Amino acid sequence: MFADLWQIVASDAFWIATLRIGTPLIFGVLGVLLCERAGVLNLGIEGIMVAGAFAGWFAVYLGASLWTGVAVAALTGAAFGLLHGVLTVPLGLSQHVAGLGITLAATSISYFAYRVSFPKLTEPPRIAPFAELDFLDPVPVLGPILGAQTALTILALTLVPLTGYVLYRTPLGLAIRMVGENPAAAETAGISVTATRIGAIAAGSALMGVAGSFLTLAAFNAFFFNMVNGRGWICVALVVFASWRPGKALLGALLFAAFDAAQLRLQQSSIGTAIPYQWWLMLPYLLSIAALVLVARKAAYPQALMKPYRRGER
Amino acid sequence: MIQLETREQTSRAAVVVAPLTAIAFTLAVCGLLVLWAGAPVARSFAALLEGGFGSRFALTETLTRATPLILTGLAAAVAFRARFFNIGAEGQLYLGALAAVAVGGLHGGAGFAWPLPLLFIAMMAAAMLAGAAWLAIAAVLRTRLAVDEVVTTLLLNFVVLLFVSWMLDGPMKDPAAMGWPQSVALNPALELSKLIERSRLHSGLPTAVAAAALLWAMLKFTAFGFEMRAVGANREAARFAGIPVNMTVIKTALISGALAGLAGAVEVAGRTSYVTLDMSPGYGYAGIVVAMLAALNPLGVVLAAVFIAGMFVGADSMSRAVTVPTYVADVIVAVSLLAMLVAAQLVRYRVRWRT
Amino acid sequence: MSAPVLRLSLITKRFGTLVANDAISLTLARGEVLALLGENGAGKSTLVSILFGHYLADEGSIEVFGQALAPGDPAAALAAGIGMVHQHFTLADNLSVLDNVMIGTEPMWKPASDRGAARRRLLDLAQRFGLAVDPDASVARLAVGEKQRVEILKALYRGARLLILDEPTAVLTPQESESLFATLKRFVADGMSVIFISHKLDEVLVAADRIAVLRAGRLVAERARAATNKAELAYLMVGREIAPPPKRSARQRGPAVLESSNVQLRDGGRSRLAAVSLAVHSGEIVAIAGVAGNGQGALAELLFGESTPTQGTLKLNGAAYPRTPRAAVTAGVARVPEDRRAQGSVGDLSLWENTAIEQLRSPPFARFGLLRRGAMQTFARTLVTQFDVRGATHGDALDTPARLLSGGNLQKLILGRALSSPRAGPRLIVADQPTWGLDVGAVADIHARLIAARDAGDAVLVISEDLDEIFALADRIAVINHGRIVETRATADWTLAELGLAMAEKRAA
Repeated sequence: MFADLWQIVASDAFWIATLRIGTPLIFGVLGVLLCERAGVLNLGIEGIMVAGAFAGWFAVYLGASLWTGVAVAALTGAAFGLLHGVLTVPLGLSQHVAGLGITLAATSISYFAYRVSFPKLTEPPRIAPFAELDFLDPVPVLGPILGAQTALTILALTLVPLTGYVLYRTPLGLAIRMVGENPAAAETAGISVTATRIGAIAAGSALMGVAGSFLTLAAFNAFFFNMVNGRGWICVALVVFASWRPGKALLGALLFAAFDAAQLRLQQSSIGTAIPYQWWLMLPYLLSIAALVLVARKAAYPQALMKPYRRGER
Repeated sequence: MIQLETREQTSRAAVVVAPLTAIAFTLAVCGLLVLWAGAPVARSFAALLEGGFGSRFALTETLTRATPLILTGLAAAVAFRARFFNIGAEGQLYLGALAAVAVGGLHGGAGFAWPLPLLFIAMMAAAMLAGAAWLAIAAVLRTRLAVDEVVTTLLLNFVVLLFVSWMLDGPMKDPAAMGWPQSVALNPALELSKLIERSRLHSGLPTAVAAAALLWAMLKFTAFGFEMRAVGANREAARFAGIPVNMTVIKTALISGALAGLAGAVEVAGRTSYVTLDMSPGYGYAGIVVAMLAALNPLGVVLAAVFIAGMFVGADSMSRAVTVPTYVADVIVAVSLLAMLVAAQLVRYRVRWRT
Repeated sequence: MSAPVLRLSLITKRFGTLVANDAISLTLARGEVLALLGENGAGKSTLVSILFGHYLADEGSIEVFGQALAPGDPAAALAAGIGMVHQHFTLADNLSVLDNVMIGTEPMWKPASDRGAARRRLLDLAQRFGLAVDPDASVARLAVGEKQRVEILKALYRGARLLILDEPTAVLTPQESESLFATLKRFVADGMSVIFISHKLDEVLVAADRIAVLRAGRLVAERARAATNKAELAYLMVGREIAPPPKRSARQRGPAVLESSNVQLRDGGRSRLAAVSLAVHSGEIVAIAGVAGNGQGALAELLFGESTPTQGTLKLNGAAYPRTPRAAVTAGVARVPEDRRAQGSVGDLSLWENTAIEQLRSPPFARFGLLRRGAMQTFARTLVTQFDVRGATHGDALDTPARLLSGGNLQKLILGRALSSPRAGPRLIVADQPTWGLDVGAVADIHARLIAARDAGDAVLVISEDLDEIFALADRIAVINHGRIVETRATADWTLAELGLAMAEKRAA
């Protein structure tokens, strides 16, 4: 068994798969991170990823360039995020229920739109996805691995330090963090809690939309039903595990992706054939729950997470 | 800046107008979708309503689909009342179905040699136990370790589906199915009887309605129901008054899981006779919408379930008459949920502009 | 004499029928430290909140540094050079000191925060005024005194020249308080002016140049520090026409119902009760007097069964005191909590459900797990009539949700429920701020019932911040200060001045 494991980890193919599986998770976790840092739980992520996957792919199908498709996916995500923001911040709906409602709405509208656009087809039309970055192949060690990735993965990787920069080194980032920790303090300092929260949710949801578009524009080349398959929920779990920090979020996403990539390959190994494939597939979800349990007690939640903010009540 | 403030008096009229406004808004959105699909609006609506409620066949179909929705709706309503967000009804339903077949299936050709009434009860009990036990995991994680139950119950749904898939491939595989993933068949003697000849409507419906009535009665007439309502309404005051809050949440979770498990058993015994991977087109998730539309009221759940089932059945029928995809029903359900939530909020609170 | 830096003219503020500030006029000179003295509810916090822009005054005007101040706008107050250090810090625990100070001071869309410059400025201010801080420390790890320093630096960082401090020493140790006063001296030397709110006479006499005493919303006196003393201030703070306590007939009080001996309560590292020794006998009312935040909440929790003492013994009728709310109910302790809507009632449930909630599983109300609604409703009806609970508006009055009752009626309901629970022998009644926020009529009603209960042989403990109430009800008054019962005397043996002193006295750590 360990020999198999070593063989897997030592192969380039494994790392290539890890990065590919991890990319939507990176976008997704960063998106959830932005929302929750501002104090709002966004359970719409699963649906927003579906919507982003569909919107991006559909735009490309209609003739847009790949990057335009990504932009469309981001805007779609932001739109749903805006809705979630309005429902939860000024209207004060329960963040849990509003989020679930958004997931249902975004998913169903996407599926509806797909069927309206392609009423007769049984197989979704393919588009030409992002190309691999072959020019990176010559780079030593990392070359072959990075070379097999697409530009979106590079984008994801650069967004991690960028998010960290914005959160920790700009006044905007400080404002976002403050409204998630002590909104009263932010308000006293002249910051609009409502505007900041809604803005953060929209931005985070844009990232979630991009996460979805990776699935249809890079990982695969078409839109399938059930393609998101719980990745959104996994991101919600991962962000707790990452203590709401971008660096740890990247680590968590990659660890999870590595685990997923490994179990796919272990299925072929000697031990793999002894254990039914369904049990291997269960592991990622169980792992997410285990991660949640591990950090639950000492999780340093943003202090105002999930508490609706009512200004100036005596 | 927009701000919410509590209304001093919630007018009686508002309580009635709110859901109606929500429904009207939903229908308006539905109309837009129909237009988008390029179909004539009036005719589509007519087809929708007729398809859901307009004929004997439509009604029996709607009520058949409503049966599991009532049960998953009750599961969600019970849990949400205690502020315990059980999003795992889908998984609990499948486990219940599996447990039902495990007890009542034709294992080895004849199944267990027990007297039928006993077997039937054991089957239903096993289903409820399975659902309850599964949710108990999330409940304990929440009360003991403060792990948010929303994500855990969601993730566990995926685990269950994989588990069921494995069971259908292996231990509970139907020997006669020739490769098609389905479970051992249920003993035909244990199947639920048909309510109406030549329809799919089975005695699961009165069972579900009875469950709703029982739940309503429990909430209204029992001490435990009182405790559940108190904990959901004001946790701190409930604790002050001496109510054991954590234990109440766990017991509530057990009831909720059991109801979802029962939904699975009722589907197997009444409609499918087999467990398959696609036996539930999202009944667990739709149950949440049913519960919210019914404002967590058990009797309201019955009405909301029939409404939503009618939308799905009607959409199926409509898609055959005009070129509107069946997913319109899913959109209606999602939009009506959000509209209902906003309407309910505006009944309680007023939105004010502050400069 | 230079022009005053602050002039408040006829500031009036009403909240419904309550007049929180009644035509208050004050001036503050440059380099002066003014103390606002008064007991809880005197209007001090309201006044400074108006000054800082959290509230809008109904009448009156404010002039700061010679310019009129735009009312109701904290940004305007900040721009005018007013800084406020709130009693309950507005700090984010999970962020660093520097983060908390910098928030809102740079334009939102600036691409890069200049943390280096901010850090230098912060450290410079810290050094100038002797307020040592570590800019990168997480606020959660700071001691209370350090947190306050951050709050102060927040104001200084924004260029405040007029600093308001709301009860700054309420949460400080004596050493930290000394340190604070030294800091105030440095502010003054720098040309700043300070207003601080306090109820602590010792400190006011040490730190302030001038003292303004507020009582019931009015400014009743102003004194220069040199021209007054503790006794006079104490009297000014609390003294007014209080109806002489009703003649107390010689009454025998019965055996002790509640006995507390050296009870301590620690929460994590924090001491909430240091040493509470007290007895309440059948047939007497004992009132706990004290300024808010000195352990009353912790004591109430213990007596409601919500927590257990870390040390010491607590007894009810000779047996160990109940350790859970349910046990307290079973033992017959009548409990009236401080927050009638968050703790005392479930707003969405009906009146009859609220009256029965504590005993919902006991015989008259439930059998075999089924509720006996008839019995519950009869009980509720009797209670509502007997305790004059009004305001039920629904068809069947008892179905009214509790949240629709006015404060007074809700309190009557809660008291009625507490007094109606079954018990064997003399009962202990624990009432925490029983008439807070109620109108005169309701107050009188509640008081009458407590007295009637006492006369019937119950042991009554009242925790209150209202001295009027204490004098009207109590047979004995115990003063709580920093988690300790410092002195207990028969009511007749207390003078107002002595009481004020005991409540406000600075205690050695």
